[in-house]
This record gives sequence, C-alpha cells and structure tokens, in this order.
Amino acid sequence: MTSERVIAGMATSDGGGAGERFRSVYLDHAATTPVRREVAEAMAHYMLTDYGNASSVHSFGRRAAEATEEARARVADLMGARPEEVVFMSGGTEADNMSIRGSLAAYSDRGRHVVTTKIEHHAVLHTCEELEKEGLAEVTYLPVDRTATVDPDDVAKAIRPDTVLVSVMFANNEVGTIQPIMEIGRTCREKGVLFHTDAVQAFGAVPFSVDEMGIDLMSVSSHKLYGPKGVGALYVRKGRRIRPLIHGGGHERKRRAGTSNVPGVVGFGLAAELARKEMDDRVRRLTALRDRLIDGLLGRVEFSHLNGHPTRRLPNNVNVSFEFVEGESILLSLDKKGIAASSGSACTSGSLEPSHVLLAMGIPPEVAHGSVRMTLGTQNTDEDVDYVLEVLPGVIERLRAMSPLHAKAVAERAREAAGRPGERCESGPVTPGAR
Amino acid sequence: MSGKGEDRPTGGRGVACGPAKARRPGANGGPPDGGGPDTIYLDSAATSRPFVEVAEAVREIMERSYGNPSSRHTLGLGAAAAVRRSREILARVIGADPTEIVFTGGGSEANNLALKGVAWAHVRSGKHVVLSAVEHPSVIEAARWLESFLGFELSLVNPDRDGAVRPEAIEAAVRPDTVLVSLMHVNNEVGTVQPVGEVGRRLLGLKGTDGRRKGLPLFHVDAVQSLGRMAVDVRAMGADLLTVSGHKVHGPKGVGALYVARGVRLVPLVHGGGHEAGRRSGTENVPGIVGFGEALSGLLDHGPDEVGRRLSELKDLLLATVRARCAGVVVNGDGDTTAARPRSAPHILNLSFPGIPGEVLQHHLERSGVYVSTGSACSSHHRGRRSHVLQAMGLPEDVVDSAVRLSFSVLNTPAEAEEAGLRIAAAVEELSERGGRG
Ligand SMILES: Cc1ncc(COP(=O)(O)O)c(C=O)c1O
Ligand SMILES: Cc1ncc(COP(=O)(O)O)c(C=O)c1O
Repeated sequence: MTSERVIAGMATSDGGGAGERFRSVYLDHAATTPVRREVAEAMAHYMLTDYGNASSVHSFGRRAAEATEEARARVADLMGARPEEVVFMSGGTEADNMSIRGSLAAYSDRGRHVVTTKIEHHAVLHTCEELEKEGLAEVTYLPVDRTATVDPDDVAKAIRPDTVLVSVMFANNEVGTIQPIMEIGRTCREKGVLFHTDAVQAFGAVPFSVDEMGIDLMSVSSHKLYGPKGVGALYVRKGRRIRPLIHGGGHERKRRAGTSNVPGVVGFGLAAELARKEMDDRVRRLTALRDRLIDGLLGRVEFSHLNGHPTRRLPNNVNVSFEFVEGESILLSLDKKGIAASSGSACTSGSLEPSHVLLAMGIPPEVAHGSVRMTLGTQNTDEDVDYVLEVLPGVIERLRAMSPLHAKAVAERAREAAGRPGERCESGPVTPGAR
Repeated sequence: MSGKGEDRPTGGRGVACGPAKARRPGANGGPPDGGGPDTIYLDSAATSRPFVEVAEAVREIMERSYGNPSSRHTLGLGAAAAVRRSREILARVIGADPTEIVFTGGGSEANNLALKGVAWAHVRSGKHVVLSAVEHPSVIEAARWLESFLGFELSLVNPDRDGAVRPEAIEAAVRPDTVLVSLMHVNNEVGTVQPVGEVGRRLLGLKGTDGRRKGLPLFHVDAVQSLGRMAVDVRAMGADLLTVSGHKVHGPKGVGALYVARGVRLVPLVHGGGHEAGRRSGTENVPGIVGFGEALSGLLDHGPDEVGRRLSELKDLLLATVRARCAGVVVNGDGDTTAARPRSAPHILNLSFPGIPGEVLQHHLERSGVYVSTGSACSSHHRGRRSHVLQAMGLPEDVVDSAVRLSFSVLNTPAEAEEAGLRIAAAVEELSERGGRG
C-alpha cells in the first residue's frame, strides 16, 4: 500500500498531476536513506548466486565469508580502524545497547558508573535507564547548552573513580550538532575510562579517525548512509573487553551470535566505500544546499529560529522552529505537497511528546512543538531546495492565519517597529537563528 | 504472489547411473548458482537460497519504498504498511495474532530474547530452566549465560538414540521453581521431530495458577528448522514463545521473529525507540521483514503438507539411492518420514559412513558439486569439536565422526536428489578404497 507516487517516481523527479506543479522531495535522510543502485545490485548477488552461510566450510560458505571480511575492511576503512575491531550487528540500536551493557559487564571490577548526556538517542538513554532499574549502573546525564553542545569540562568533572564508561554521541540526530569529540576523547584517555560514541548520524557524513578521536567504542548503522536497514556495526578498540548481548554460535569472533547477514553486510560495506570515496564532494554539496535552505527559510519566514549549532552541525541537517504552529500540521501539509520531513526523530515510534533534545537545549515546549527537521541527501538538488522555499513559507502562513497568538505577536512587532515598547516581555525563543 | 517452485523444471527422471551430468545453470529461474552448473546444493538447513521473488521484493523496497516505518509521511506509512503485511502473513502461518509477533535480527537473537527476556522478567519467581541437550547453541549458550550471570540452574534433558526427547523426561525435570522449558521442534543436525505438542500439553497441567507462579513455567519452542516445511501451530503446541528465522525458509538473512503469546511478560534484550511494541527496539529491517513475508507466502501457496510431501520424496529418493549401493550406511536419527506421525523432518537426512571422516566426505563431495555439511554450520567454527547432538544421542565414536548432513529445499529436484545419491555412493566407494584418507 505504498503510495503510487513513491513507486512511480524517484525521490527527486518531477511527478504527479497534470497542471499542478508537483515534486517528490525526500528530506528525511536522518530517519533513513534510500539504498544506492550499486549497493542493491551487490546485495542481490549474495542473495541469488552466492547465497551460502558464511560459517559453512564449503565454497558457498567461503565466498560468503570472504565477502563479509571484505565488507568489514571497508567499514573499518571509513572508521580509520582495523577490520578485527569491527563487529557487525543488526543495527545502531543493538550496537548502542551492547557497547554500554557489554562494557559494564566486562569491567565490573572497575565500578558501574556511566557518564552520558541528556540529548542521546533513546537507544542509549533507555539502555541506561534500564540498567539503573536493574541495579547494574549509576548514570550521570550531562546537560547541554543552547546549541546542544556538551561542555568537555562537564565530562571531566563528572568522571569518578568508579566510572567505567563515557557515552557521548558524535552528532545529534535531531539538531545535527557535532560534539567536541576530540576533547572528550582526550579527557577519557587521561582519566582512564572507556569512551563510547554513538556515531550513527555522523558515520559516512563526516571524516573519521577513531585513533585521533580517542574513541574506544563506536556505534554505526548502515541505513543512514545509503546502505540497507537491519545492519550496523560496533567498533571495539583492540584490547578493550566487551561481553556479548547475544550468545550462541561463534560468529563475529564470539561477540555476536547469529548467522551473518551476508547481503546486508556486503551492502553496508559498499555503502561505506562509496561514502569514503565521495566524502569531500558530499560534504561540499550538502553544506551548500543546507545553508541555502536555512538562509532561505529564516529570511522568508518571520518568527523562525534555527535549532542547533550554526556551524558545528552535520552537513545535511536543517532544524527550524516556527513559532505559533504545530510541527505536526506543517509536516502534514508538506507531505501533501510531496515533501517528506520530520519533527524530532523518527526513531521514536509514534511519539508526540516534545523532543527531549530541544527541551534539554532550553527551548520552550511551545516552540519545540513547532520544529521541523529537514535532512538532505545525496540525491537532493538545488531545485528541491527551491521547491521547499517556495512551498514552506506559504504553508506556515496558512497555518498561522488560524493562530491568535501569532496575530498578537505581529501586532506587537508592528508597535515595536513604530517605536512604541510592547507590553509583552521576552518569553519566546531568543537567538533568532544567528548564523 | 505466485508459487515459487512451480516454474522450476522437474528435470529428467530416468535412472542416471553414470557420472554426473551437467545441468542447465540457473535452473531455479534466477541467475546462475554460485557453485556452477554441476551444483547440487544440499545445505538448506544451514541457509536456503532466497526465492527470486524475495530478492526482487527486497530490492524494490530498498530503492523505492525506503521510508522509516516510524516516520509519519507517506514514505514512512508505506514502509509501516509493508511491515504490517508481513507480520500478518507470519501470524497466519503459525496460528498467532499479529500483535504476538516480534521481529528480530534473526533466530539466534529471538532465542536469546526468549530465554533472557523471560528469565529477567520472572527472576523473582524461580531460577530454573529445562532444555534438551540437543538444542541449538543460541539456546544452550543463552541458558549458560543465565547460569553464570543470574545464578540460574539448568536441567539438560538427554534424548534417546534417535534424537527424540521423551515428554516424561521433560516433565520429570520440571520443578516448582522452573520458569521456562525450551524444546526445539526439529533438530537442525539430525532432523528429529521433538514431541512438542505432547510436552506442551503436559506443561499445561503444571502451570501455576496464581501469584508469582501464574502461567509458569512458560514453554518456548525453537521452530527455526520446521517453519515452512511442516505445520507449525503455536496453539496446537501449547507454545508461549516460538522462534523462527527468515533465511531458513528462502527469505533474507538477518531477520527472524519471536512469537510471544499475549500476556507473557518479557524484558527486552535491545532497548531504545520502543519498536515492536517495546519488545525490540531499532529501526525495522523493512526489506528483510518484507522478504521474509514474501518467502512465507510463496511457501504458503503450497501449504506445509505439499512442501513436506515434496521434501520427503527427495529425501527418500536420495536415501534409497545410497542404500542400494552402500550397505554400511547408518541413518542418524529416525530416517522414517513415512509414518503417520513422522519422527523425522522431511528435509534433513544425517548419514554416517563409519570409517570415513565426515569432513573428508564433505570435501570430496564438494569437488563433484554436491554441497553438504558436517553437523550444523554454527558449530563448524569449533572444528575438531564433536557434535553435541550426536554425542547426546549416545552414538558410537565412529558414527559421530563420520556424520554428514544433507538438507533439502523445494528448489531441489528429484533428479538432483537421485544424482546426489549416486555421487555420494561413488565418493564413499572411492574413499573406502583409499582407506578414508581422501
Ligand atoms: C543517533 C542515533 N543513534 C542510534 C540510532 C538507531 O539506529 P538504528 O536505526 O540502526 O537502530 C539512530 C537512528 O535511528 C540515531 O539517529
Ligand atoms: C534450530 C535452529 N535454531 C536457531 C538457529 C539460529 O538462527 P539464525 O541463523 O537466524 O540466527 C538455527 C540456525 O542457525 C537453527 O538451526
């Protein structure tokens, strides 16, 4: 029951109705990405021709195993790691779970304290909460500033003698803020604690070097970088101990039982290889599109604010709050116009609560509710950005026409412009998207 | 969704007594098989070749309908609908309600979730689990983890010589503090069908009725090997939890599911965004799940009885061909699929040719294009270690060391089964002359 439009036209092609201009513009690449053609082709080969079980000793198995190892080397390459440090998993969520649970179990002699942040993905936050409930961990949740940045000094101060692990995400999935990973990595190294980073959003989007960054454990997920869903990996620095989450056969050097998802892993490996080759080009193109979209929106729509850091953000992330409107209504209107965007994260199934990330940044709930995340991808074009800039301001205007609060704010602004001070104090979001 | 096996050529049925005849590559309607034109793939219990329609469905959803099911835009809703469809298909196949299906990253994960999830959730109601000694490593190792990490006690029940566990033996092992009994439907190495229905019935009488013990012990069935080949009905088995895996039924690797009966409490293994009704977080493997559903609906077109009949025919044909030429062949487990209530799954045949090491025969057969395995693929990493299944069955050493497993799928033809039988007989004859040294 996928929409006919989706089947009929690729994400960026002109499609649809006679008369009305209609495009399909997919701007939800932080939720998931389409699989590249060559990746899908490579996977098909490992489904229909070399379909063996990588654990089998015969040649079907050997070819499957060789393909798995080649993929491991490719993923390792993009990390700046060694192949034997890469453990394939079913996705980023599993990698997050295992990195925290598995390292606490392996280093229980050191203590059970974990330092993390308030803006982590739920895969980290809910794992921590569960461990607290089970009595297996004590967790410190660090705050962030208005740009969603963690202060490395806060990390240093939070580390105790019984701290086993610091887990700070590389880049946030909602607002795209990139954390000062180098500094945090250095701090962890100095204090002798493990450093885990959830790099699900950043992997493939920006260059990596686990050594330079002082990373001990890192979660990544294939479907965020134009690879298949259902595959991810955990980087485990050589010499660091970790206990498995899933026991059974001796797969993945006894770190993750289960028949290897050979086509999935092959697809992930190729996607990583393509990301490595195209990295510079992607970063340049996406950053340009991103900045044009941000500038265009903030310039065209009043009472709008950029969420996240103005410069230290993922090349593809645009997150804007529009005052006096509900993000959900914006999304519905956009979807009708063929634009797929999101409010907050799609990773939280069907939740309508205001984003924990925006709240942690100190953004008032009513403004957080009006936020829209648009995340660009390699297939997006300048025309896509033009189309959004053409459609979105009108959508906001129509929705605001129903808002008495908006009318009041406009009147106040008009009075202010006329030199008369308004009665309304500064209550709304402040920094008007300074960039 | 059309039948998968229908358009495959049946091949010549004449008695092929000579050397292996080259067959048309790509006999399954897809691209050529990775093993070359002479290939006879008899290792479907390790993993089965995805149906062509499965690969197409996977590809379509990856390139075109690639949304995240949690997204509320059109692409996301489409992906969610596709997942729902597969959930309904699987539920129908095993006689469950769609809300009772939890998709996982495979059979091993589902087994881990069943054992650890139940143990965590009921840790204050008892710390004892019962399982057979011939379970898959993902059940046994998960249970060992319960032992070492949570202080559980395990009772491992040994099978008889034919690989079957007696229901009385399971019942006798159950204690007042047992929280879970885990028994596989079909053993992956020898194909023995366990009396899961009878065990389920007996456990029903032992379940607690109130307080902390209400509903305990729970009954978990690993049906990874039986799904799609035999009738799998969670109600008829009295199963509270049941594990299945996509890649054993011509679906994709990296996807499986756990059936969790309504009302059964379970602590998730993987926490996060609350997917799968909070029981297994992580962005759904949409292509995998869709491919799994597509594979099942392909098999569903035939019905398990028809699939089972065809597989039994292949198995019987191969066994008859070998038996006619090798008097010394030993059938491990109960090779009889013809009885009214078969004790042996239709797709697995485990044979020993005492004196010829299993690995040697396996390698020799590979050279003639016949792909088989020694024991399960999972234990092949521990080379030199003997099959825990055959040992638990109490078989003599020379039988254990010479065992090979042949496993069939609906993509095999009778001509292949017969030809494989001939190649096996020829290999055995040659190896016996060389004194088993390959
Ligand atoms: C930052 C972050 N961590 C973890 C995940 C979970 O990864 P997966 O979807 O592969 O389970 C996501 C996305 O869903 C994410 O954005
Ligand atoms: C009986 C049995 N249970 C569980 C599994 C594990 O399933 P998966 O390979 O999907 O992890 C297998 C196969 O490997 C099996 O044969």
